[in-house]
Order: sequence, then structure tokens, then C-alpha cells
Amino acid sequence: MEIKDIKIPGKLSLKETELRLAFLDHVNIIPEGEKIKTCIQCGTCTGSCPLSYAMDITPRELIALFRAGDMETILRSRTIWICASCYACQSRCPAAIKITDIIYAIKRTAMDRRIYTKKFPVHSVRDAFIKNLYRYGRLYEPRLMFDHILRTGFWKGFKLLPLTYKLAKRGRIELKPTKIKNVSGLRKIMKKAQKLDLPKVYDKKPYIDGAVGYRAVG
Amino acid sequence: MNHLYYPGCSLQTTHKGYDISCRAVFKALGSEMKELEDWNCCGATIYMSIKEITSLAIASRNLALAEKMHSDIIAPCSSCYTILSKANKYMIENKELMEKVNGCLAEDGLSYNGSVRIRHPLDVLVNDIGVEIIRLYAMCELEGLKIANYYGCQIVRPEKRFDDRENPTSMENLFESLGAENVYYACKLRCCGGMLMTTYEETALKLSEWLLMRAVENGADCIVTTCPLCQMNLESYQQKINKTFGTNYQMPIFFFTQILGVALGLSEKELGIDLNFYKCDKVEKLMNQSHRAKQITF
Repeated sequence: MEIKDIKIPGKLSLKETELRLAFLDHVNIIPEGEKIKTCIQCGTCTGSCPLSYAMDITPRELIALFRAGDMETILRSRTIWICASCYACQSRCPAAIKITDIIYAIKRTAMDRRIYTKKFPVHSVRDAFIKNLYRYGRLYEPRLMFDHILRTGFWKGFKLLPLTYKLAKRGRIELKPTKIKNVSGLRKIMKKAQKLDLPKVYDKKPYIDGAVGYRAVG
Repeated sequence: MNHLYYPGCSLQTTHKGYDISCRAVFKALGSEMKELEDWNCCGATIYMSIKEITSLAIASRNLALAEKMHSDIIAPCSSCYTILSKANKYMIENKELMEKVNGCLAEDGLSYNGSVRIRHPLDVLVNDIGVEIIRLYAMCELEGLKIANYYGCQIVRPEKRFDDRENPTSMENLFESLGAENVYYACKLRCCGGMLMTTYEETALKLSEWLLMRAVENGADCIVTTCPLCQMNLESYQQKINKTFGTNYQMPIFFFTQILGVALGLSEKELGIDLNFYKCDKVEKLMNQSHRAKQITF
């Protein structure tokens, strides 16, 4: 059974269909990503997650909501942004579902559609990181933090000063960024890859017509 | 198979101690490492989670460079280790993806066929060189040093690589054979908060506090870790943790290569221990002892 054949209850709205297709496209890249349909809702992921106490939707609920056809709630949740990528859920899942990678896929879907708040810290770090990498080819932490602070507010940067001083005193902060020799080559690679990564445009045809039963488990 | 050393960005700046000690330990054991030439950032967890193909292309550039030299990669940073392994695995398992990435790499005249293996220094030390051989090089026993071994998340997960995913014992075996005492430390794989320290700080502080609390409870002298980000969170943010939770932790956090280097008779400068925030009296005593033993031997 193809991953796109996963049935969901009731009639789906246009938007839901589109979001779902976009998400499944991201899932398709993951090796064994289609295993999402074998979830048995045991809750091992939620129990293993060190951060589930801070989440609004737990990892188990994430998959349940996906099956129930509520992508929008998932995309607007705090869960996907607070995942620390510790892979505890993924390594323990009895159905071998790549939960962390699936959370990444949801993240990408949300980013492609700009579903996040203004001054969003995760987004700001991401932007600063990409800029940094494009400029030097390596990560230059002071610049990353500077760009991040510019977007999220100076107060945060002010609070970081004592730590910066302590690190600098021990010579653990480089004053000059190190550039890789072949930056232009890396930039070329990145530019080409970014073209392949662009969010695709979907036709507006509804994905499932008419009501179907709850037959998510393939 | 020869090995190329891939330090990663954070080992060049904020975690120099790990870089210095890693090189020094391998040199002391008679297998000096060559650095991968003109390596670039692996993309880290943050890029992997936002743009799939770009992140794979960035990581694969390093793999392609290593393949050109017919070498494996040694990546000491947990994040680099996971990302490079993951990129490698994705491309080997998904030929379509490999074609796409190779299309990107061709822009710079590179290509990758999936022959490189990614190794962690702990893996090389314990499984290639072997604990018994390391013991022969040791200048002193790490007597009386109580260690909490903290592996962090990304070195043993998500796939099974060189150690168990639920209860890894490489570091315990290594330090026990060197005479140190491993304290009971159940949360050796629990998350420290990782990158959340920059985005959702309060949440991350709570996770780190948990790790410190458990180490203190079990009477550890120091926490020994394999991950630069964990070291940063546990060490640099310790003062903030104390302030937030009203605790008084003064826990030194070492890299496993630093403690191993102490046993091998390397000095404080050679191991970058002077770069750490918190000092451990027992480690300093052992360092003097082993350094003196080394001077007598040679």
C-alpha cells in the first residue's frame, strides 16, 4: 500500500488535503518513513520523551491527529518546535516509526507555509544559521548569536554578556571567523540544492472525495 | 583503513579543550590523526530539521572529500557524528536521493558513492585500539576518582552503531580498566536540552538541572561526557541553573578524552583542562602524579 493511500475519516477540506500532501511528500524522503501507518498508539514515544511535559500535543497524539485528519492543529502546535532531537522516541518505538524524522517533516511543512509567530526564536536561529553557513562555510558562533539577538531582542543578548566574558577570558571565543578555502564551491552546491528543496505547488483537487471510515492502519 | 579527523565547528571555538585533548590522546597512543582538508560545517541538527536536500548536500561534501582520500571519518562531536552518519545512511538507502545530491555536488566537481564510514573517537579507542592496549600506555591508575559517565543523546541513537542504545558501557569499561570508579548514573542518555538553550531556555535549564542533580546524588566527583553541546549546557549554564533553581552545584564537566589523557600522563595544557570553568581537585592531583610518572619513565 502506498503511503498516499492512507484513508482518513470524513470529508477533508481543501486546505487539509493540501497540507497533508505536502507533509507526506516530506515523509517520503525518509527511509522507512511510510511506517507511520503502523503506529499502534502505545505511547512509548510520549513516555520516553524528556520534553513531553512541556508539549501541548504529545508525540503519540501527533500521529493520532494526523490519522484523524487534523494537520492544521499539528502544524500550529508547540510540540514540533520544542523537540530537542534526542531520538529517544525513535529508538524505542516498537513499530520502528521514525518519529523524530517525522517531526522534522512536520517542521518543514510548517516552515514552507510560514506557520509560526513573529520573532519566533527557532526561525530566527535557523535564518542566522543559514546566513552564517553561506558566508563562511563553517559555523561562527558569535555571529550566529549576534544575528539571532538582532531579531529577537537585545535584552536577551545583554543577559548573555557574563557568559561571553567568561568564555572569552579562557580564549574560547574566536575573534575572527575561519572561512573554508573553497567557499564559492560550497555556495554553488547550496544554491543548486536549495532549488531542489523549494516547496512545490499543488493542484487544488481534493485528495479524498466522499466520506470514508477510520481505516488508518494499513 | 586510515582515518581522517573531522573536528567540526564547535571544536574550533568554544570547545577547544575537546579538540586539543582528542588529538593529544591519539598522538600519545601512537596513531596521530590527519585533519580532513577544507571541511565545512555538517549542517548540524538545526539544518537537518529544516531543509532536507540542502542539509544532505552540505554534509555530503565532507563525505565526498573523504572518499577522494579513501578514508573513513572520525567525528568527535556528537551532532556531526549523527548528521554525517544519517546523511550517509539516507543516501545509501535511497538511490534517488543520492542522484539528486550528486547532482548538487557535481557543481563543485565532487561526487559520492557511499563508501565512507563515520566513526566516533570512543568507538575507535575502545573497539579498534582496545582497552587492554590503552591500559599499557597508562602512567597511573585513576584511583579514587568517581565518574558519572554521560553519553548524551546523539552518539548511540537513533540506529544501533557501536554500543547499546539503552545502556551503553564503552566509557564505563574504559575508565574502570584505568582504575576509576563509575558511579550509578541512570540518566546517561537523558537529553540535556541541546539547542533549546537558545530558544526555550527555561525548559532546557530544567533538563540540565536534572542531570546535575542525579550526579551529585550519586556522589560523583565529575561528569564525563562525549558531546560538546552537553558540556556547554552543563558547564556554562551551571551558574544560571543555580540561580534559577536555588541550588549550589559546582560540578566539573570533562570530555572523556581529557580524563583519558590524565591517565596517559599528559599535562593540563596538552589536554585543555585549563579551559574548563570548574576545577576538580582529584583530577589535578592525579594529573601531577601521572605527569611525574611519565617524566621518570622517559
